[in-house]
Amino acid sequence: MSTADLPLPDDLRQEILTLAGSEHRPRAASVSALRLVQARFRWISDRHLAEVAQLLNMSTADLDGVATYFNLLFRKPVGQHVFMICDSVCCWIMGCKDLSDHLCKKLNIRPGETTPDGAITLLPIVCLGHCDRAPVMLFDETVHEDVDTAALDRLIAEAQETPR
Amino acid sequence: MNSLSERPLTAMIDLAGPPPDCAAYGNAGGWQGTRKALKTLTPDEVISMVTRSRLRGRGGAGFPTGLKWSTVPKDPASKRRKYLVANADEMEPGTFKDRILMEGNPLQLVEGMLLAGYAIQASHGIIFLRGEYFLAHQRLQHAIDEARHLGWLGENILGTGFSFDIDLHSSGGRYICGEATALLTALEGSRAVPRGKLPPSQISGLWGAPSVVNNVETLCNISHIVTHGPEWFDGLGTGADSGTKLYGVSGRVCRPGFWELPMGTPLRDLIEVHAGGMKSGYALRALLPGGASTPFVDAADIDIPMDYDSIKKVGGRLGTGMAILLDDRTCPVGMLRNLEHFFAQESCGWCTPCRDGLPWVERLLDALEDGTGTEDDIEQLMRHARILGSPGRTFCAHAPGAMAPLASGLALFRDDFTAHLTGHGCPLHHAA
Ligand SMILES: Cc1cc2nc3c(=O)[nH]c(=O)nc-3n(C[C@H](O)[C@H](O)[C@H](O)COP(=O)(O)O)c2cc1C
Ligand code: SF4
Ligand code: FES
Repeated sequence: MSTADLPLPDDLRQEILTLAGSEHRPRAASVSALRLVQARFRWISDRHLAEVAQLLNMSTADLDGVATYFNLLFRKPVGQHVFMICDSVCCWIMGCKDLSDHLCKKLNIRPGETTPDGAITLLPIVCLGHCDRAPVMLFDETVHEDVDTAALDRLIAEAQETPR
Repeated sequence: MNSLSERPLTAMIDLAGPPPDCAAYGNAGGWQGTRKALKTLTPDEVISMVTRSRLRGRGGAGFPTGLKWSTVPKDPASKRRKYLVANADEMEPGTFKDRILMEGNPLQLVEGMLLAGYAIQASHGIIFLRGEYFLAHQRLQHAIDEARHLGWLGENILGTGFSFDIDLHSSGGRYICGEATALLTALEGSRAVPRGKLPPSQISGLWGAPSVVNNVETLCNISHIVTHGPEWFDGLGTGADSGTKLYGVSGRVCRPGFWELPMGTPLRDLIEVHAGGMKSGYALRALLPGGASTPFVDAADIDIPMDYDSIKKVGGRLGTGMAILLDDRTCPVGMLRNLEHFFAQESCGWCTPCRDGLPWVERLLDALEDGTGTEDDIEQLMRHARILGSPGRTFCAHAPGAMAPLASGLALFRDDFTAHLTGHGCPLHHAA
């Protein structure tokens, strides 16, 4: 059984309850709670979703509506590292398509997919707010500006060497 | 660094190092506005100062800030739940000004919120921050914690009886969350769908309580207006509008970036002086003056001040003031396809014309780029631009925003559209 099928750890449940208690209504903590789960497990499994819903006094369907609405919440497993390439207009002008093509070729996956060894997931992302330094990408939680294929190759090596 | 009296927003910003802490912020002129307002001014006097400064919202719509605040019910903060929300969602492609302000001087936003909170007598402050701004999150949280520790936030600030604190909310990421009412829905833990505009949020907003939503840059101006006075602020602008503005330029220029300049700085100066002009081998064709949802302005029309009303005279909109440049070696049809892909993807799906119309527009542009487009497709695009572009046909301003570059682009780049028909696809073969 994978950890995503096991109950949420007690400390995380407690953290979510505290969060919910600090809000005007528990459901206000929905996105924050899901992000906490994802920070620990990298994605939000059905089992975890249902548990969080219960803690926030929401129906599972209601919370799933929230979880599936947002770009940064993952309802499917992702790799140990996530490459998010900005595909919005300034990065498009500055050649982001070449970057994404390069990654696809090197990793032999398409956008939205994960490498078979589970190291890297490739996702598109909207404008990251660093448009003057396009093309831009997010490597896990770190922004990289003026990205070129050489920089991508370095990040791939880093991702393969450092499991999370 | 710039002087506080001429470039108030960025005077304390040095992105090479960490932002000022509470002490450094105070030594450089911070907290003066808070002392002045909380100790010597009534909330209504603060609102009146902001009204007289003629500050207009920097989030895109340009709504007069003082007017917005004056419609909030007057009950004291201690008597009624009221919210002051900083809109830090900043997901408009091309825009990065609020990030600079938050990473560079988070306490300026904290103090602006404190003063805005005092003016409208808010009981709670919230920052709605886009989820990808990890560094801004860290710096804001640090600034809030330090300010609270030193008594600038929390109970009974400066012994005046006024209490105010700030919560930092990190979004799950959707462009529509930046729409002020969708933002409130998101804060209530639901799918971020916009709300009807009546009653206004200032009367019934978050959890039904009076709520003011202001852009980060708008709020960052407040401490300076209170400290130096509305007349000083008015004098900063060179044209019809008051204050300074964080302008930006991205695209194929020599020095893409951002600059705090007097409101009303000519567009040509931005591009040619501050951004250093086009890179060699490229010429300017047109630009989106204030983010992805503003109409194209032709390269021939850049002798115009970048203020709310002037830019409209050449068909543009100030928007966020962060310009995106189209050069002569980039396909305008491809650029429009990229833009409409963004808007189609980010539609909240609540109302049919936007939910179904935007993907249709995207498919039509796909076909033109791929060489399977027809004359009729161009007609269809014009029809969509007309229908979705009229305010009131869709539930919020997302769809009209999406149609702004399309409608203007269809008029401006008619030859390029035709070339995509006769040439069977994109003549520039620009990557999708
Ligand atoms: C689709 C859409 C997205 C928006 N995104 C933002 C945003 O990211 N930040 C922002 O401040 N305003 C955004 N706005 C404008 C807000 O609705 C609102 O006008 C603004 O936050 C009010 O603040 P201001 O009066 O200080 O400008 C957006 C509007 C629309 C229609
Ligand atoms: S116009 Fe688009 S984004 Fe706005 S409510 Fe309708 S579907 Fe949602
Ligand atoms: S368009 Fe890519 S960072 Fe803004």
